[in-house]
Amino acid sequence: MSRAPMLLAVEGPVGEVSGWFLENAWLIPVIPAVAFFGILLFGKKLPRGGSELGIASMVAALVLAAGATYQWIDGLAAHKKAAGNYEVEPVIRDIVWWQSNPFEFGLGQHIDGLAIALLLLVAFISTLVQVYSTEYVAGDRRYTHFFAALTLFSAGMLAMVLAPNMVQLILGWEIMGLCSFMLIGHWWEERANSEAALKAFFTVRVGDMGLLVGTAMLLGIFGTLDIKEINELAAAGEFDSKNMLMWTAVALFIACIGKSGQFPLHTWLPDAMAGPTPVSSLLHSSTMVVAGVFLVARLYPVFHVGLDINVAGQQFNLIAVIGAITIIIAALLAFVQDDIKKVLAYSTVSQLGYMMLGLGVGAWTGAVFHIFTHAFFKCCLFLVAGSISHTASHHSFDMKKDMGGIWRKMPVSFGAWMISTFALCGVPFFSGFFSKDEIIDSAKHFEYTTLWVVSVVGAGLTAAYMTRATYLTWFGTPRGGAAHFMGVEHDTHGEVHEHSAHPHEAEHADAHLPDHTDDAHDTHGHDDHGHDDHHAPHGKPLPFAPHDSPWKITAPILLLAILAIGSGYLNAPALGIYWFEHQTESSIGLPIDHGDEHGEEGGDHSGEEDEHEEGAAVTELALGTGTFVAAEGGDGHEYEAPGEFAVPAPPTFTWRNAIWPGLTLVAVLFGVALLLSRAVFGGEKNPASRFVGLTKRNKAAGGIHSFLVNKYQLDNLYENGIVHAVAHPIAKAAYWVNQNIIDGIVNAVGKGGKRSGDALYKYVDQGLVDNAVNLSGTAASEGGHALQPVQSGKVNQYGALLFGAAAVGAILLIILNA
Amino acid sequence: MWAFNFLLLSAALFSIGVFGVIARRNAVMVLMSIELILNSVNLNLIAFALMNNSIDGHVFALFVIAVAAAEVGVGLAMVLMIYRNRRSISLDELSEMKG
Repeated sequence: MSRAPMLLAVEGPVGEVSGWFLENAWLIPVIPAVAFFGILLFGKKLPRGGSELGIASMVAALVLAAGATYQWIDGLAAHKKAAGNYEVEPVIRDIVWWQSNPFEFGLGQHIDGLAIALLLLVAFISTLVQVYSTEYVAGDRRYTHFFAALTLFSAGMLAMVLAPNMVQLILGWEIMGLCSFMLIGHWWEERANSEAALKAFFTVRVGDMGLLVGTAMLLGIFGTLDIKEINELAAAGEFDSKNMLMWTAVALFIACIGKSGQFPLHTWLPDAMAGPTPVSSLLHSSTMVVAGVFLVARLYPVFHVGLDINVAGQQFNLIAVIGAITIIIAALLAFVQDDIKKVLAYSTVSQLGYMMLGLGVGAWTGAVFHIFTHAFFKCCLFLVAGSISHTASHHSFDMKKDMGGIWRKMPVSFGAWMISTFALCGVPFFSGFFSKDEIIDSAKHFEYTTLWVVSVVGAGLTAAYMTRATYLTWFGTPRGGAAHFMGVEHDTHGEVHEHSAHPHEAEHADAHLPDHTDDAHDTHGHDDHGHDDHHAPHGKPLPFAPHDSPWKITAPILLLAILAIGSGYLNAPALGIYWFEHQTESSIGLPIDHGDEHGEEGGDHSGEEDEHEEGAAVTELALGTGTFVAAEGGDGHEYEAPGEFAVPAPPTFTWRNAIWPGLTLVAVLFGVALLLSRAVFGGEKNPASRFVGLTKRNKAAGGIHSFLVNKYQLDNLYENGIVHAVAHPIAKAAYWVNQNIIDGIVNAVGKGGKRSGDALYKYVDQGLVDNAVNLSGTAASEGGHALQPVQSGKVNQYGALLFGAAAVGAILLIILNA
Repeated sequence: MWAFNFLLLSAALFSIGVFGVIARRNAVMVLMSIELILNSVNLNLIAFALMNNSIDGHVFALFVIAVAAAEVGVGLAMVLMIYRNRRSISLDELSEMKG
């Protein structure tokens, strides 16, 4: 296939949108930033410990973000009516923060479709999570600091999202890293928690080096740090060396690997679950970890051009391959976790892999939309996990020990979980289906065949591990804490529930900490839902059965569950809705090569499209340059790679592509996983029963299992292979150098110093300096004696001297000036 | 130039003042001579202010008058103390400052 010529797809007037909210969007991160200091300074004196400040600031940010969203949509619709396309300029404002000639570094805002979508997302989820937290961490000893850190995190993320230049982006990026560290280590009394916090911080720092290097390279290549200019220059091909641009993209992508938990730096993310659940929900699933994906999406021309994405014949590129590897390895790891939060953590890693894969194959819209939908359903899943641990399972997250059979008593949590799980698995008409399917479809359509196969397998694995987790959590026999909660005797597996069963379980272990958890649960335990887990003896039925979590927990969950369905309909190719795509397409920074898409779109979907869409199709068809050969007609949508300076338009959705093989595989693996779960965990007799205990009977299967349990030995590799093998010899070598070379130098210097000191004393000090000192002393003494008579003590003589000297001075002055 | 006459007068006053400081024995007379010197300086300042058509000299003169008042106050107090201790204000008999 020959390389297609570079072209601009949409040649229309570039519009502008305006409005108060759009122009003042910079206030959105400023409000939480101010609130952060407010909480730190006054939080402890406020009646609700500063949480009201945090929530108020998030609501204010949400209102501003919603206003900006409204004005953006409105302005875009007006522009569409006037000019017939969706090309609008971003709303940019900035001030010069500091300058170092000839470069100016600003702070400000860069508002476009991408920024708007994420602003709204982050503000919305932050608000919900803060409301949830008021209940979840109630009574915590560092309640105020918890809210301060959450608020600062939101400020950092919002600042990064609307960054007009790389400096502000790095600023927000690092603030998030810091807050992540603070919040993972929120209960730092447990050593495991503080180690997890350190691990997260250092692992991400490894990637951050790439961000600094990449930014410096961007400055070197383009001479500016302004994101809009960088994108325009990269998209126009105005750089000296393609090779340099490639390495810049690689350096920046290393930062994304660290931040977004991509292979091989994904190991920090599951450990980060040591933090409180709201933190996992907000930072480590829905917002912060997508920062890496956001960076790629934001600087897409740099990556697209630098890595030759979508160039004809390309089968692999760095971003897509890393994404694909991440999808598979994380999904496999999710099968062997007993901790519900770790399952969700690996699932997050895997879904982040999908986003990267999407960006890597040119499906910009699909990837960004997956950020959007994933945030809702994954945040919801985490909040449900927190709800279970808070209400049902004694602050435990262990699915095998403390859960099971609780679905009857927690209808809201259970319903939300199921909806979000369906969304995550990509069941049709849930939000995840629309976004994930577009990524998978694009991988196939843009001819990244191997990666497409990987992504389909990943989708099937997702369904399987979520089936396992769902079965263990909600169905089967209640065990441990859940049995206690359900009011039944629990002895089925003969497991004794111990608080210290999992020392790395933050909330669990937290029950030991004096002075907060107990009190909190006592106060609400007695009156609202009879939750009295620390006093009732284990194994005895409770006198009255508790129900679902309190409203502060269920309300955010419900809202998110609704969005886990609803958000998908913003961009549902299956229904002919391309709304989200149109809102954000001007953010790609590269012209979209629509090729022959619209001719076909009209043919295939005319029945499903509303009038507006049909109008759009016709207009864009008229505007298209028509460089490409039109399709043969019918289903044969021929794909031509657009080359490095344009992205291909998303493929046309067909149910045939979605069902075979993607959805079929999902359904099959769902069935297999269900049977296996019932056989293995439920002890039921069914066709899958013969696989029970396979890992113990079969060596190979056991080996694979322990390989997975040990997380591919990656942690061991890093610990033993890198920390020990590299750091220890370095430490040893450093010690040797220290002992032999540095000490030798120090000793030699010392000896030399002493010798030269002796010489100095003998000749210079005694001979020269002393003589000089004595001489000057003698001279002063003699001079004093000679001048003594002048000091007669007679005032008149003093006056005469004074005036005489003044007269001499005056005479000198006159002579010199003459 | 008529302002030159002021300078001459001021020079004469200055010389008389210097003579007084050097030659008189009486401490009060010495203080009065110092006043003469200061006033000759004032006269100089005013004369130059006139010549340069500037107000600065006048301002300085006012400052000098204020400083002179303070200086005479301190000086007379010292003379009074010396008189109380020694019943004399003759400067010949004073040589405590001899070094």
